[in-house]
Amino acid sequence: MWEQQVAFSVLALAIGSAAIGVVRSRNVVHAALFLVVVLAGAAAIYILLAAEFTAWVQVLIYIGAVVILFLFGIMLTRAPMRGEGSRLDNDQRWAAVVVSLFVLGVLIALLVDAFGGQDIHFSHTLVNLGRTGSVGRDIFRVYVVPFEVVSMLLLAALVGAVVLARKD
Amino acid sequence: MLQNAWLVPSLPAAAFLVILLFGKRAGKSAAWWGITAVAASFVASCVAAVQWVQRVDDATGTSNGLAAFTKGVVTTNDVHHVVKPVTESVTWWQNGAVKFGVGTYVDGLTVLMLVVVTLVSLLVQIYSVAYMRGDRRFTWYFAALSLFTASMLTLVVAENTIQLLVGWELVGLCSFMLIGHWWEEPENSRAAIKAFLTTRTGDIGLMIGIIVLFFTVGSFGVGATNLYATGAGAHHDLLLAAAVCLMVGIIGKSGQFPLHTWLPDAMAGPTPVSALIHAATMVVAGVFLGARLYPVFFNGFSIASGGVNFMALIGGVTIVIGAVLAFVQHDIKKVLAYSTISQLGYMVMALGVGAWSAAVFHLFTHAFFKALLFLGAGSVSHSAGHTFDMREMGGLRKRMPITFWTFLIGSAALAGIFPLAGFWSKDEILVNAGANGFDAFLIVGLIGAFLTAAYMTRAVWLTFFGEFRGHGHPHESERLITGPLVVLGALSVGAGVINAAPLGLEKIKDWIEPTFAFPVVGHAAFDYPKAVLSVGIAVVAIGVAAYYWYRNAERPLLSGLTQRSPLARAGYRFLVNKYYLDDLYEKVIVGGIQGAVARATYWFDQHVIDGVVNGLGRGTTQLAHYTYDIVDQRLVDGAVNELAHEADQAGAELRRVQSGRVQRYALLLFGGVGILSLALFLTNTI
Amino acid sequence: MELNELLILSAFLFCTGIYGVLARRNGVLVLMSVELMLNAVNINLVAFSAFTKNVSGQVFALFVITIAAAEVGVGLAIVLLIYRNLHSPDLDEVDQLKG
Repeated sequence: MWEQQVAFSVLALAIGSAAIGVVRSRNVVHAALFLVVVLAGAAAIYILLAAEFTAWVQVLIYIGAVVILFLFGIMLTRAPMRGEGSRLDNDQRWAAVVVSLFVLGVLIALLVDAFGGQDIHFSHTLVNLGRTGSVGRDIFRVYVVPFEVVSMLLLAALVGAVVLARKD
Repeated sequence: MLQNAWLVPSLPAAAFLVILLFGKRAGKSAAWWGITAVAASFVASCVAAVQWVQRVDDATGTSNGLAAFTKGVVTTNDVHHVVKPVTESVTWWQNGAVKFGVGTYVDGLTVLMLVVVTLVSLLVQIYSVAYMRGDRRFTWYFAALSLFTASMLTLVVAENTIQLLVGWELVGLCSFMLIGHWWEEPENSRAAIKAFLTTRTGDIGLMIGIIVLFFTVGSFGVGATNLYATGAGAHHDLLLAAAVCLMVGIIGKSGQFPLHTWLPDAMAGPTPVSALIHAATMVVAGVFLGARLYPVFFNGFSIASGGVNFMALIGGVTIVIGAVLAFVQHDIKKVLAYSTISQLGYMVMALGVGAWSAAVFHLFTHAFFKALLFLGAGSVSHSAGHTFDMREMGGLRKRMPITFWTFLIGSAALAGIFPLAGFWSKDEILVNAGANGFDAFLIVGLIGAFLTAAYMTRAVWLTFFGEFRGHGHPHESERLITGPLVVLGALSVGAGVINAAPLGLEKIKDWIEPTFAFPVVGHAAFDYPKAVLSVGIAVVAIGVAAYYWYRNAERPLLSGLTQRSPLARAGYRFLVNKYYLDDLYEKVIVGGIQGAVARATYWFDQHVIDGVVNGLGRGTTQLAHYTYDIVDQRLVDGAVNELAHEADQAGAELRRVQSGRVQRYALLLFGGVGILSLALFLTNTI
Repeated sequence: MELNELLILSAFLFCTGIYGVLARRNGVLVLMSVELMLNAVNINLVAFSAFTKNVSGQVFALFVITIAAAEVGVGLAIVLLIYRNLHSPDLDEVDQLKG
């Protein structure tokens, strides 16, 4: 339906420019804020695809916690906020451009070749799919072991981060 | 016995070993072991001879061969019956298709030689018991004599040329040992070496001849060779080559010109040895070879076609030069030695003119009277001053009658006086020479007869007539010495009768001459004119010589001739120096080789060969240096070092990838991912 | 809506993240770029989940979010340590493993 198409296009545009902003911004804080836009845009796309639970988790965790972490990190490392742009990019900029464009090209070729002409059909099933209950059911039935493991991982990351950042 | 002819050589061989091992302890009685063995061999040989005669008679149908001989009845049989010789052979080595055998080949020639060799050896050994008494190496002497007898008998019964060669070489060795019996005196060992080397030079020809024959005929066998040579498909040129080579061997062994120089020097050995080896037996080995392999010579030299051939020529030359040299010798043994050379020339010439029976007959008779003459000379020396120089003899006929008369008989036989043995055999040679168309050789033979009679008269006169000029007290020798002389004297008288043609006895032709594998040779009838002529020549010679030396005793006729006439002096010196042949051989040939050739060879060795070797060594050293400096140090090490340097450089270059900067790594990582993805994409979609 | 649009968007985001990871000097900025990449993956997952009507994609996306969070925590701790030791957040200075 055209509404989704329009919505998607807007969102895509936003995400794309914001992503470029992240990697090209001369101000670190600006980059962080651009990242917020990207994250938010991603959440919006999830909603567009009827993955509501995932969208709100994205917002909560990514925008709510991760970005805060980033800002703290910026603050603690006294990153130059207003430096020359060149000081934020290292000397392999152009090689990086080439590589990323190359990978992009390959990926696009692959995707077009593989999934050309496939459509996403929106239906009630799709909507029901994205509900919390459905997701929860899948987690705790099929993927209960990875779920437990991930929680272990979080614990380890937490402890590890604390240990690493300790001042002694 | 014909089948067991191997016994005949074996008995003396056994005696040799026994004497060798036990002789020293036994002392003088060791000689009798040798004598016993030879006597047994002689008996066996006589038995073999009788059996052979029987065999011939059986084949030709003559029922009473021996009886006919004693009665003088001749049964002529014109039909040519072939009497095959009795051969026994054992193969001792085989290499592929080539068989080397040892065995016996018994035919008429064999039995004749067996009888002659064993008889003369027996008489000589009996004689030696007295002659060699008190000698420093008494038992070894008898051992060597037994070995010699065994070797000569092996040669005679040889069934194949290899065995013949073995016997030939062994008799040469025994000759060497016995000539140098008193080797403490250097001239004796020199003479022994000279004899050995000179005959060895001839042996080269013999060996080459044997090899040529083997490849022509395909076998070493005597019978096979003779069959081939008398056969239709015989290869004439190869037989000629073989005959020439074998002739060289005969020249060496049988003292023909030009290899006769060793025989006179061989007189340095004990006189019985000279009698046995250098008169009766070993020197006739060459003639025996010629007689045994006669078809080879007959075919090779084309004897049937008349004309001068190599064999007859050599024989003829030898007759004359030997006889001439006998005139200027003071040593009685040397006179006899040159006489032997001359008589051997007769035998070889006889073979060369196609008179096989005559040659063999002469061999037969010559063995007896020449051995007699030598033993007689030994008797003279033994009992009259231990010298052989005729200038120190004289007038011995009254003091040593037996020796004198036997010596006289021997000389007359040698001169060819009727009716002694030598007359029949020498006459046969001359007659056949004339009959077969070899007139030139008939003349030569007659000249030789004249000379023979002359020089023997000289020898007899100087030794037995006139006044005794020597030292010591001459007396007749003991019975052990005179006994053999008498026996040989009797044989010198009677042995010729065996082939006395006017009596109708041609036993050599009947019994001895081979009928199997033998070419057709002419047999001249007894020629009365020629016989009278030859006897007459001999008598004239005796008369002239006797007169000359008789007169020489009082007033030398030709004495002083050498002082007056330079030509005579030169001629005399020429003869005394034995035609300068010895000088030619020793100084020119040997000396040249020793001096110039040896020096040249040494120079070649030092400069060329050593030069090559040293050069190679230097070259190798240079190569090594080069290899080390350039190849190893620069090229190989250079390559290795370069390789290491390159590895180092590459490492240094690659090390720059490891900048330690993670983002650099990530760049490479993503780049690689992109490329891989592209590759996968392309390979899977295209 | 075409699946490809979403996927291409995701690819673009991913490659932007790659550029950022490779080109940015500040460690925090690198981490931000990593977040971009992770989000690209998430979009991909959810898109496929909607396409195949399988909820596993979303579940997977949830896990990714969780892990991203953990990773950011640890990553920033590391950046802090680098800053403390080198007195600069400049990643170019971290080259002790230089060969």
